[in-house]
Amino acid sequence: MSVPVLEVDHLTVGFQRADASIVYAVHEVSLRLMPGERLGIVGESGCGKSTLSLALLGYIRGNGSRMQGTVRSRGVDIFAMTDRERQKVRGGEVALVPQNAGQALAPHLMVGAQIGDVLATHCDMTGQQAQLKIRQLLHDMRFVDPDQIAMRYPHQLSGGQQQRIALAMALAGAPDVLVLDEPTTGLDVTTQAQLLQLLDEITRNTQMTTVIVSHDLGVIARVASRVIVMYAGEVVEDGMVPHVFSQPRHPYTRGLIAALPQLDLPVLPTPMVGQLGYDNTYQRCTFAPRCAFAQQICTTPPPLTMIEVNHRVRCHRWDEIPPQGQPVVAGDTVAMTDAPPATEPVLEIKNIYATYHRRTWRSWWRDDGVDVVRDVQIQLMAGQTCALVGESGSGKSTLARVVMGLHPPRRGEIRLFGVPLPSDVDRRSVAARRHIQLVFQNPDSSLNPRHTIAEILHRPQFVFFGRSRAQSGVYSRDMLQNVRMDEAYLTRYPSQLSGGEKQRVAIARAFLAEPAVVVCDEVISALDVSVQAAVLHLLVDMQHKLQTAYLFIAHDLAVVRAIAQYVVVLYAGQVCEYGPAETVFSAPFHPYTAMLMAAVLSIHSTTSPDRVAHRIDVVDDSVHGCPFVARCPVAIVGVCATTPPPWQIADNGHAVRCHHSRDVLGANPHPQSGNSTTV
Amino acid sequence: MKQLSFVSWVGIGLLVIHVVMALAAPWIAPYSPTAIDATQAMQPPSLLHWGGTDRFGRDIFSRVIYGGQIALVISLTSAAVAVIGGGLIGVYVAYIGGIVDDVIMRCIDALISIPSVLLLLVIVTTFGAGNGVMIAAMVLSYLPSVVRVMRATALEYIPRDFIYAARMRGEQTIDVVWNELWPNILDVLFVEFAMNASWIVLAVSGLSFLGFGVNPPTPDWGLMVNENRAMLLLAPWGILYPMGAVATLVIGLNLVSDTIAHAFGIDRSRGMPI
Repeated sequence: MSVPVLEVDHLTVGFQRADASIVYAVHEVSLRLMPGERLGIVGESGCGKSTLSLALLGYIRGNGSRMQGTVRSRGVDIFAMTDRERQKVRGGEVALVPQNAGQALAPHLMVGAQIGDVLATHCDMTGQQAQLKIRQLLHDMRFVDPDQIAMRYPHQLSGGQQQRIALAMALAGAPDVLVLDEPTTGLDVTTQAQLLQLLDEITRNTQMTTVIVSHDLGVIARVASRVIVMYAGEVVEDGMVPHVFSQPRHPYTRGLIAALPQLDLPVLPTPMVGQLGYDNTYQRCTFAPRCAFAQQICTTPPPLTMIEVNHRVRCHRWDEIPPQGQPVVAGDTVAMTDAPPATEPVLEIKNIYATYHRRTWRSWWRDDGVDVVRDVQIQLMAGQTCALVGESGSGKSTLARVVMGLHPPRRGEIRLFGVPLPSDVDRRSVAARRHIQLVFQNPDSSLNPRHTIAEILHRPQFVFFGRSRAQSGVYSRDMLQNVRMDEAYLTRYPSQLSGGEKQRVAIARAFLAEPAVVVCDEVISALDVSVQAAVLHLLVDMQHKLQTAYLFIAHDLAVVRAIAQYVVVLYAGQVCEYGPAETVFSAPFHPYTAMLMAAVLSIHSTTSPDRVAHRIDVVDDSVHGCPFVARCPVAIVGVCATTPPPWQIADNGHAVRCHHSRDVLGANPHPQSGNSTTV
Repeated sequence: MKQLSFVSWVGIGLLVIHVVMALAAPWIAPYSPTAIDATQAMQPPSLLHWGGTDRFGRDIFSRVIYGGQIALVISLTSAAVAVIGGGLIGVYVAYIGGIVDDVIMRCIDALISIPSVLLLLVIVTTFGAGNGVMIAAMVLSYLPSVVRVMRATALEYIPRDFIYAARMRGEQTIDVVWNELWPNILDVLFVEFAMNASWIVLAVSGLSFLGFGVNPPTPDWGLMVNENRAMLLLAPWGILYPMGAVATLVIGLNLVSDTIAHAFGIDRSRGMPI
């Protein structure tokens, strides 16, 4: 047991930049993987974690190269091998589950055949024998009907299913080490919970050595036993998961943990200052520019010090910084203030039904669309944040499009200050368009890549207020200060900005219209953990200043807990629970809300989340009862499927739509399968 | 800016030589391109006549230099009109979509289905062979394919959020097309321009060769090849020089188009403007 399966020794990987300078994505990293060890690698995007994980397979992307060091599998240096030898190692000894399985699978091959390719290459297995093995692998991946799944093409599978196929392919070669690069990024919370459950079981049962790379500390806490934290290509902290997450020693680890919103705390997480920067010389602490505790000594490079058994930290001052229960970095924790007293609603969403038509010639006279939003009502108050929560496909984004006038609803209306709005944005008045602004999920696509920031900020001011460039420049500079950017950014292009900066520009653009309502569509989910908290702070600040109402669309309940005063839970286009945030986040829960909450990963509890029922993508339109019935662990046979559930509204404004009484739902906050199912 | 490759410099050099020769023709050309001198007919290349003379005693070298004027004016003008016009139509129909898109694109399909030589011949025989008609004919035969390419390029940007943002601001269609989409497709547009220009150079000399293009005695490369075709064995220089001119211009334009594509390809991945 004492021989490492994979050994990385002083590995340095450099990438050549356009100006011929070299940036080190991995710098002097050494690590040993013992059999059965489950290692997590965590850090912001650009910290080198993906490069390191690919180097474990002897692969370096694009214009990068290994500057020094070795990666030894079974004692042999992978980089010194011939291509043919390395091919045997990849997939046979070290296997990769790529980040985006949907793009990694060959679109023209049935998934069974793709697994068969791995078997033929690494196990010399073909024909009947391979068929049996494929079936076995798919069965292990919890596919109910392996033979049927094997005959499908990748596009016929959901994201979670594709990820499981990728996992099956990686396991097919019976590797010593399994490397997973961001295995759950882009998946729904509930799908993520299922996949992690599966991964946990497989790696535990087979004692497989696993390396899991993720930016999400919760994922690491769920699956890994040991974690290394990377910053600017270096390992800054290395230790056992419970230890590192409860008593982080490096200021960067502390910052990452503090930036994490938590489901049980209605406070904004603490943002981390600055952004990831590379210092090629490594002549000082790379984190020092962002560190709240940096001193004179930090201008010399800190060694990776063993501070106790199985815990190493790269910091000069690890023992001088006071250990705290709640880690703190620069900036202070802001408690959420109470919402102002409710007055007249700013925006009313009244009984909205929305449909996507299948575009066929028949749809000219036949209404054969399926409602993706059904009878949704929401009122937005000035200065308040109303969160709209649900999985992907629940109709959140469609509702946002209806509000913005991009998707005419089938029925219902949107009222702004009590006045009904035309359903099409082209027919809305300038004032109506100005008062409802949208901040998109992905700042990469919401800013025109060929416009300077000045132009991006000028355009809405010209359209809404008729300001000239000179006039708008004054307001733009002012607004940039509000979003904590300086005016030097005005002449830059979006590609010269980081993700967080781009999102700030998008927020600035929305607020320059002086809106009454801002719809935030998953505004922080595309951002790094360290930046998410800063953007949340910014949104709350702007709201306090301008009394803007937010419709905050999110799938992450921990984020919602941090920012929202009011929560609406959407399932399959229907509202299943709503109320003030504190009532939604305490019992009684709708079974679906309970499931969403159970799927939220916490870094502090290493206990596995409760079993999350499989998601079913097709909503059977013939069911007249509760849309959640097929996944509900407490469904009442004969009732839930046939009768629409009633609204149960409490005095505190909390409403649940379920056949179970509030008492039953309250007593059973985390429903387990079979608890109260009547047969 | 990345270092230009040797091949890129060759392309740029060829193009610059052609443009300079065309612009400075009156000063460079040793003789008038149309001056007939029966005593000097069918002279091989010499110090007196660098390119030799044809059967009327006209100086081949001078005629090649002047012929470049016509080739460049027609090809660059019609390529510019075809690319800008086709680009605007393509982006516009892509953004509008729906029935307008369907109708215009089917018309474009119909135009593409006619062989371009046939179309050129019909137009030139109907309206005569002036420079204006030539340019119009070239635009009409090369614009449809530009529309297709630019429509497809624009479609890549139309579902992006910044276009939705513009719509939600209530921007007019013309503003969305011109402010938001046009700057994003410029790189492809430049490549299309260089490529179409080189095809049009070939098409113009092809038409003249067939006798449908520029009228004699105006110097034109295609026309020169046609006129001197009969004396191929006796005076091959009458054909070799204009052929060399066409070939170098087309090669130059192609290499420059590759260079532009390459340069933009790099900038494109960084999302940087021109």
